Amino acid sequence: MADDIRTLSARLAQDPHSLAFLELGELLRRKGQIDAAHRVALAGLGRHPHNANAHDLYARILADKRDYERAFDEWDMALRIAPKHLGALKGLAFLYFKVGDIAQAEAHLAAAQRAVPDDPGIAQALAMVRGAGTPGIAAAAAAAAPPEQDAGAAEAATAPDSVEPASGAAPVDTADQGFEEAAVFAALDGGQEGLLLVGQAGLVVGGGLRDPAGRDVGEAVAAYLGGVAQEAARTARRLGLGEWTGLSVEGRVAHVHVCRPQSDALLAIVRDRAMPLGRLAVIAQRAAHAARRWLERQA
Amino acid sequence: MSAYGPVLEGITRVPGVRGAMLVSVKDGLMVSDHLVEGVKGAAVAALAASLAQRVSRVLAAAGAGAPAFWHLHASDGAILAVAAPEDLLVVAITAPDVNAGLVRLELLRAAEAVA
Repeated sequence: MADDIRTLSARLAQDPHSLAFLELGELLRRKGQIDAAHRVALAGLGRHPHNANAHDLYARILADKRDYERAFDEWDMALRIAPKHLGALKGLAFLYFKVGDIAQAEAHLAAAQRAVPDDPGIAQALAMVRGAGTPGIAAAAAAAAPPEQDAGAAEAATAPDSVEPASGAAPVDTADQGFEEAAVFAALDGGQEGLLLVGQAGLVVGGGLRDPAGRDVGEAVAAYLGGVAQEAARTARRLGLGEWTGLSVEGRVAHVHVCRPQSDALLAIVRDRAMPLGRLAVIAQRAAHAARRWLERQA
Repeated sequence: MSAYGPVLEGITRVPGVRGAMLVSVKDGLMVSDHLVEGVKGAAVAALAASLAQRVSRVLAAAGAGAPAFWHLHASDGAILAVAAPEDLLVVAITAPDVNAGLVRLELLRAAEAVA
């Protein structure tokens, strides 16, 4: 495996636009070098943003890192590009299952089965998901877990491995709340980084934020966000633009979207530059909706 | 029309753009503009520069790097801006339903031309 990694790294260094990053990222991931795999996948995605396999690889790495919200987005994007992408269908089924949305998990597995009718792993996962609520739940989650990426084509499935089983799942709300809301709730409860909810006094209400060096910057960002919100409101009012609803910013390192889930709260989402700004705005809108519900629960 | 007039004119050709201008972030003054009637250029310049400074502080605190582009969404319109060399900002004020992607491209072109 080490030789393969060296060979693929050399090939990629020689031709940075090569698709060798798919195989290299997967090998690194299997070897447990998740940060290296993350860098390889992200660089590859930057060069091949419309490659479904690149989004699938990145999603699996994010799932390994238990960043399920972003993994969901990446698999969702892979499916938009290639609606029958097996890895993405199984990945989304796994995530839906984890948050207790059995109907969605089943629908995605059924779509995977239609794409590859003779895959015994999918049939087994479907059977287990249909029997969910029984002691087979952890096995069902594992069976629904996304496939390994087949080197090169990256479309075929093999055995699942490092994706966390359901026994260690993130907090599950009721099944009808769906993945996104559960993911946002988990983030606001401190389970994930990159999402920051700020109250009117410029203090952190939920979520967390780290800079690329890993330092906790949530409180500093929260303090500055109040000033941005005041200035945005003043600008919109003075120029006759009505009420400000959001602010999208493309940074040299990361993208940021700020919106107002409530009149006295701000929500900031920070993502790396691989995520298009438009998509970040859509995610922020959904997150704001979930954040409103989360705030209601805290009241 | 100033030397930057033709550059800014390209931005205002996008449907829904009410005006474009080059702003000095440091002092909030307008360097050049191409506005339709009724748009308060000096106010746009001052407010956009002030907002840009605050946005820069947030991004610096978040470790997100210097802002290259920002888009303030509002119920009745929007402001989009791209950073240009020498602490300048190319700004567009638009209707709410403008094609933001197209405006962004024109702003980037203008910033390159200014450089």
